[in-house]
Amino acid sequence: MKAAARADSPRALLAFQRTLQRAITQPLGPGDRTRRTTAALAKEFIRPNDRLTALERIEIYNRMYWFRLIDCFYDDNPGLRAALGERKFERLMRAYLAKNPSRSFTLRNLCDRLERFIRAEPRWTAPRTALAADIAAFEWAQTCAFDEAAKPALTAADFAGTPPSRLKLALQPHITLLALRYPVDDYVIAVKKRDALRAEASNATGQAKTAKAVKKVSVPRAARTHLAVHRADNRLFYKRLDPAPFRILGALRDGAPLTRAVAAGGRSVKPEQVQAWFALWTELGWLCRRAT
Amino acid sequence: MPANAFNGHTDYGIGIGLRVPHYSHILERKPDVAWFEIISENFMVGGGRPLEVLDQILEQYRVVQHGVSMYFGSADKPDRTHLKKLKALVKRTKTPWLSDHLCWGSTDGRYTHDLLPMPYTFAAAKKTAEKIRMVRDFLEVPICVENVSSYAEFHASEMTEWEFLTEVTERADCGILLDVNNIYVSSKNHSFDPYDYINGVPAHRVGQMHIAGHTKFEKYILDTHDHPVLDPVWKLYTHATKRCGVTATLLEWDDRIPSFDEVHNEALKANAFIAEAKEAAK
Repeated sequence: MKAAARADSPRALLAFQRTLQRAITQPLGPGDRTRRTTAALAKEFIRPNDRLTALERIEIYNRMYWFRLIDCFYDDNPGLRAALGERKFERLMRAYLAKNPSRSFTLRNLCDRLERFIRAEPRWTAPRTALAADIAAFEWAQTCAFDEAAKPALTAADFAGTPPSRLKLALQPHITLLALRYPVDDYVIAVKKRDALRAEASNATGQAKTAKAVKKVSVPRAARTHLAVHRADNRLFYKRLDPAPFRILGALRDGAPLTRAVAAGGRSVKPEQVQAWFALWTELGWLCRRAT
Repeated sequence: MPANAFNGHTDYGIGIGLRVPHYSHILERKPDVAWFEIISENFMVGGGRPLEVLDQILEQYRVVQHGVSMYFGSADKPDRTHLKKLKALVKRTKTPWLSDHLCWGSTDGRYTHDLLPMPYTFAAAKKTAEKIRMVRDFLEVPICVENVSSYAEFHASEMTEWEFLTEVTERADCGILLDVNNIYVSSKNHSFDPYDYINGVPAHRVGQMHIAGHTKFEKYILDTHDHPVLDPVWKLYTHATKRCGVTATLLEWDDRIPSFDEVHNEALKANAFIAEAKEAAK
């Protein structure tokens, strides 16, 4: 037995686990079966029994690993799936997951690098790469809005009692600002509604045909969209923003002092506009103190 | 052992897992449930709906934390950030004990999100016990380790699974979450007698039990948690109760989850088997 298969010392245990994890997480072969090339390794590590070979036993884990990730990827990206179509979505998924194994204790973070991957490897999503990246960013922002922290929100009284130069503001951690090329918020909402209707129709009649008859959602045309994805009363919301307030919020998110953040809005911004925006953001609870 | 050091000297009775499809039923109707087990990882978040629900549950119910990602058996060191998040949750829930699995599932910061079986070697037992002690010292709460169901056995193993469980828990001086369904599933997959397993574990360390349903395939049994508990598992549960005493028991139902009442009623069936065990012990 090779050292890695013995697990009889801390170092051997680590080697044992590294080797097995590589085998368990390797991409599935045709028919979602474990690749035959794993047979020798399986034989070295795993005992067969009277019903299963060593390879078949490792295949149980190999398949469970991929099916678990695939389920999660589907759940988290309904909009992306609708925009790309089933085949392209699946190819993208397998390519992404092969290069981006989970690095978090929770599957919640499985798609945190998806937007970057789509932009870095446009071949999986062409010719809809820009749309796909926008949707991936939007769907990830929803995950963040759902359960990221909410710090104590600044109130109007906090503003009244502190000179602007001493205010150190930040955006709530659950807010994501997105500068998009497509209005994907409306699109993803429409897809989710359609999926819900399909499920309802399918449940009611037991016929997939009826579910399919639910109206198709057209992919959106390009239109610059500035969006804040956030949470209020523990419900998700998407708010469209004009470019100037979007820039101010972006500057605050990036840690700019208040005066510099306001200047980021542009010269055409009037003081009463800034006042109105801050009043709204305060009401929404978007602003909090920056950690020092 | 109704109450022992490994379950914080509590006597919790029959509980069920807190699952999303039941949230509104529980919060609106406030059913009489002895305790809920939560999956720690579902609540190790910054805020939002998960923590709002948890806080509402904590106002009215006793909660015990059960983890799925500590990977006591992974050769890696525990992740400090993970531990800090877990400790914050322990403080929030005031869980009298905390459980996770006797398994591994990650290397080099990459996660399989599975509960992978250990090679039953003395070196692995020693390393695992060290990690359990480290985690317990950091979290400052008793720990029970759960036996997993498995579909593979390793050439490297130097002992049986129950001997390994005993070796680890004696070395770590920790408790056992005895999953009776997992014992049954593994006994069928690896052709051992499940009663030998139950008779082989240190009974005084059992701080909690799990029961669940499973699915039979042609060549193996899968631990699916999507069915009522099957008769052979109830029989094993009765035997385990006879041997270990009446212990805090939790029904796991994680997939194709039926109504709250159906899950709760299934869990409460345990009372009849507890009575049977008590009768037999007289």
